[in-house]
Amino acid sequence: MARAVTTRRKSLNTALAWAVGLLIFFPILWTILTSFKTEAQAIASPPLFLNFDWTLENYAIVQERSDYMRFLWNSVIIAGGSTILGVIIAVPAAWAMAFVPSKRTKDILLWMLSTKMLPAVGVLYPIYLLFIRLGLLDTRGGLVVVLMLINLPIIVWMLYTYFREIPGEILEAARMDGATLKEEILYVLTPMAIPGIASTVLLNFILAWNEAFWTLNLTAVDAAPLTAFIASYSSPEGLFFAKLSAASTMAIAPILILGWFSQKQLVRGLTFGAVK
Amino acid sequence: MYLKNALRAATALTFVATAAAHAQSITIATVNNGDMIRMQGYTDKFTEATGIDVEWVTLEENVLRQRVTTDITTKGGQFDIMTIGMYETPIWGANGWLVPLDGMSDEYDVDDILPAMAGGLSHDGTLYAAPFYGESSMIMYRTDLMEKAGMEMPEAPTWQFIREAAAAMTDRDNDINGICLRGKAGWGEGGAFITVTGNSFGARWFDEDWKPQFDQPEWKEALTFFVDMMSESGPAGYATNGFNENLSLFQQGKCGMWIDATVAASFVTNPDDSTVADKVGFALAPNSEGVDKRANWLWAWALAIPAGTQQEDAAKQFIEWATSKDYIELVAENEGWANVPPGARTSLYENPNYKEVPFANMTLESILMADPQNCCAQPTPYTGIQFVAIPEFAGIATQVSQEFSAVYAGQQTVEEALEKAQAFTAEEMEAAGY
Repeated sequence: MARAVTTRRKSLNTALAWAVGLLIFFPILWTILTSFKTEAQAIASPPLFLNFDWTLENYAIVQERSDYMRFLWNSVIIAGGSTILGVIIAVPAAWAMAFVPSKRTKDILLWMLSTKMLPAVGVLYPIYLLFIRLGLLDTRGGLVVVLMLINLPIIVWMLYTYFREIPGEILEAARMDGATLKEEILYVLTPMAIPGIASTVLLNFILAWNEAFWTLNLTAVDAAPLTAFIASYSSPEGLFFAKLSAASTMAIAPILILGWFSQKQLVRGLTFGAVK
Repeated sequence: MYLKNALRAATALTFVATAAAHAQSITIATVNNGDMIRMQGYTDKFTEATGIDVEWVTLEENVLRQRVTTDITTKGGQFDIMTIGMYETPIWGANGWLVPLDGMSDEYDVDDILPAMAGGLSHDGTLYAAPFYGESSMIMYRTDLMEKAGMEMPEAPTWQFIREAAAAMTDRDNDINGICLRGKAGWGEGGAFITVTGNSFGARWFDEDWKPQFDQPEWKEALTFFVDMMSESGPAGYATNGFNENLSLFQQGKCGMWIDATVAASFVTNPDDSTVADKVGFALAPNSEGVDKRANWLWAWALAIPAGTQQEDAAKQFIEWATSKDYIELVAENEGWANVPPGARTSLYENPNYKEVPFANMTLESILMADPQNCCAQPTPYTGIQFVAIPEFAGIATQVSQEFSAVYAGQQTVEEALEKAQAFTAEEMEAAGY
């Protein structure tokens, strides 16, 4: 009887999880489906789900109009660069906060997070002027730095949380064995925190990939990433939903594939220490 | 020997580098609409003729506005040509942020630009942006539904007729709304439409002393009429409908009438996208009985050169090419007269081929009727029809249109919205020093 209840509950939970999963995934699925419709089919009422004439025309038009690979390459460099740079800075910072805390550590952590509370547009002009002075407008390097700074509080917070789960005694033992600070962080702490670091890297890569305020405002031609590629297909006067959907699908495809293959690592990292 | 070869190689490299340094390239910021995208497709012909490369930065309208405003006010120098509208041009021209477009060649024939467009894109008589395409607004209606309703659309109808016709065409059982209009918040969306509706009821934004006029009876009459008519005959949820939503409804045969940008005429009559392409008629935007101003606006997307660009000559060459009579001929030759950029040049409307396009004459009439220097039945201190050409307007009108959209959504009354609009506008104008 108990087994029957358990099985029924399991099935129910599974069904519920699938339903929630599909609900969350539905907008992406709809975007992908729309990308294979004609513009007229894209706005048809009632909406067409699968019963339409599938076409690749929108992809051909988008490919013809835009240099997709240039946008993609910029996205990879900007998202990857800002994430790597962020982790390089955040690992020592999180180490210090987790293992050598001071009286002000909690305050510093909260202060770091408070920088996320200011609307980005509030600092657009100062940063724009700074970029003009430094010659960083429309450069990948400039965006790498800005996106790193934006995501740094999250990276530090996540790594701090993971590092706190690692017993300090292990690091102490390494120190007693003669490990230098660099060796302690590189060869003892980092290997133990790999799941946490991996999920932090993935999450920040996704955040940087999707960032659409700074990437639109600080780029023009040379450094424009996929967010600018999508924005170029949005139109207030004219129905180009199918083309916009094709551009969106092309923009999210790489990150969707990356997320799909690394979901195990991502979930493991995000739930690390959650049930302790 | 080796030294000789090395010298030859160095000389060759120097030539290549010099040539590369001299190869001109201009960057253009633009919006994503049919005419602009079409122009991008023909850019190669400009490059072939002049040797000037063109890089495009295409953005959504609001993003573009923010992007180019940031760049021009900080002298960022990211763009050599900017696509801007009638709202920005006179303000930026007055601030010295744009290069005056004087000294255009004789072949360009600057006098051929429609006077209404040239006037709206000038400051103190100097042209600061060349119109690529222009538009007004007009009525697009279903001829079959009008006939079924037993009515006939006059060429210049009144709001009272429109309301009556909308009620007669409405067929809720078959999901047909008598009329579809913009209700979406935003100064360029529902804000633009309610402003011209106000004009056609004798209202105005400001009196001659820059005092807001939302407490005057004309605004109450206009807003009440609009809300009542849309409740009777408009689509559900019209408070969130803008240009694209209404276009979609009309193309699917769910609107009896639609009053909006003249540029929409080519979309609703295109059989590839519209299910009612062969059943569309056109008429002038309406006015209220006794008011001699109609609810039609004037807008142009125009090409301007930001002051401080290093490529002023190349940018001027591009603008001459893109807004020339020859460019119109080029598009007509390849894609037909219905697809040429409308509303910019007088000669286009004198062209017998273009006269055959069903919406050409009504578009021209609507444009010619719009006078940005004289928007309203009562005197005003400002220029602009669906906007007031002052820098503060975008912020104020966005807030006011949000209040009006809340009325359309049934969240507050007409009186409450007008009271808030009056108080907010008065406060902002005072803070701005008016």
